[in-house]
Amino acid sequence: MEVRVDPIACKAHGLCAELLPERVSLDEWGYPIIDGRPVPRELEALARRAADVCPTLALALVRRA
Amino acid sequence: MSLPRLLAGLGVPGATTLASHEAVHGDLPLDRARRSGRLPAAGSLVDEIRLSGLRGRGGAGFPLATKLTSVAAGRGRPIVVVNGCEGEPASEKDRVLLERVPHLVIDGATACARALDAERIFYAIDADNAAARWALESAIAERPDAGRRGSSSSASGVVGIPAGYVSGQETAVVNFINGGRPLPSTTPPMVFERGVSRRPTLVTNAETVAQVGLIARYGAEWFREIGTDQEPGSALVSVSGGVLDPGVLEVELGASVDSLLAGAGGTAGRPRAFLFGGYGGGWVDGSQASGLAISERSLRQAGGMLGPGVVVVLPESACPVTETVLVAGWLERESAGQCGPCVHGLAAIAGALRSIADGRAEPDAMGHLARWSRLVTGRGACGHPDGAARFVTSALRVFAAEFADHAAFGRCPACARIPVLPLPSRLAVAA
Repeated sequence: MEVRVDPIACKAHGLCAELLPERVSLDEWGYPIIDGRPVPRELEALARRAADVCPTLALALVRRA
Repeated sequence: MSLPRLLAGLGVPGATTLASHEAVHGDLPLDRARRSGRLPAAGSLVDEIRLSGLRGRGGAGFPLATKLTSVAAGRGRPIVVVNGCEGEPASEKDRVLLERVPHLVIDGATACARALDAERIFYAIDADNAAARWALESAIAERPDAGRRGSSSSASGVVGIPAGYVSGQETAVVNFINGGRPLPSTTPPMVFERGVSRRPTLVTNAETVAQVGLIARYGAEWFREIGTDQEPGSALVSVSGGVLDPGVLEVELGASVDSLLAGAGGTAGRPRAFLFGGYGGGWVDGSQASGLAISERSLRQAGGMLGPGVVVVLPESACPVTETVLVAGWLERESAGQCGPCVHGLAAIAGALRSIADGRAEPDAMGHLARWSRLVTGRGACGHPDGAARFVTSALRVFAAEFADHAAFGRCPACARIPVLPLPSRLAVAA
């Protein structure tokens, strides 16, 4: 699995970086920079939570292409 | 038949009429087969296009046969969109094709639509391009089975897309046809999966379909007679700036940059640099362009790109810093404003460039510019921030001496010259 952000939907709330700092950091304007490495099983629950609480539903946990 | 290919009809009086078009190129083999009752298999054109190696001519260079196969594999009857939007300020090739040889564009679109059994063809053009609309609509009305009910041809129509650098992006064109605003969407879904009316949609550049109009007649083998093995055929290139005879030239892919410049009347004075690929492309130092070829491969190796076929020659009399500042400011304003990194990143980049030009930049402005350019790349829904970053990064590299000079001393005498790089007129109200 990996996390992906919809750049149009994203409004820089920043919750993803709080919940999943292992894969998401914020740029100087508050928008997420996604680390494209796969999300290991032990991080999946956190990643799913980060996707669920995103206020604009811009974050998604998806199967790696 | 060597060159011209696409522009073969241009020397003929009344080139926009069907009669003169067919006098130059003959009728489409498909039309002939249909009249004699022998319809060729729908797949044969796709096979021919695959063998031809034709790549898209709108900038991305994607193999057309792969796109056609993807559209054909989608669910629902496909739609064809010919993208004649030309938001690239220094590009003129699409309007030349639409206005001067509309029947060749229609031939290619019709051939693609038949191969896909498409329901409808849209010709997307710039809304303010009345000449292209007139030429296309007149040409469509002249076609033998235009608008006839129950004819095997797809219904077709012209759609004017509101002006804008990103409004010609494929998802933006599809969004506008679907009744939305001409702004890019996040992908997936790709337009070949779900585009116009949620159907699988072929969106392809006007020059690409014009090339199909030729391949449908003369075949893949003929198409590959010129060009390189990797990039076969001819291409239209808009040449402007410091040349004596600017315009749209049809060249063999792989031809030397020197021959292109000679075709444009030669350079006016010594070129300081060349912009290859438009405002999403890259600069190459004037001393390094000789020996390069007009191909994606050669130009990318040198730091530019062929992209939509745009070459601008920057003469030594111009100020490269001011030219970069003006284009970067325009690119910032042309952001659709949807993606945060593009909105904030391009504003930061344009602001830092202005401060360098004025000699009031903070000490690490060059470092910030390099970092922001990396930071915006790949983080928009469309390729706009990537292209802007490429343009700026290449300018900082090729014009490093001029940027250092401006950072230290501010505006130079050449800053006040009339810019070489064209930009659409800015419409604004003075407060």
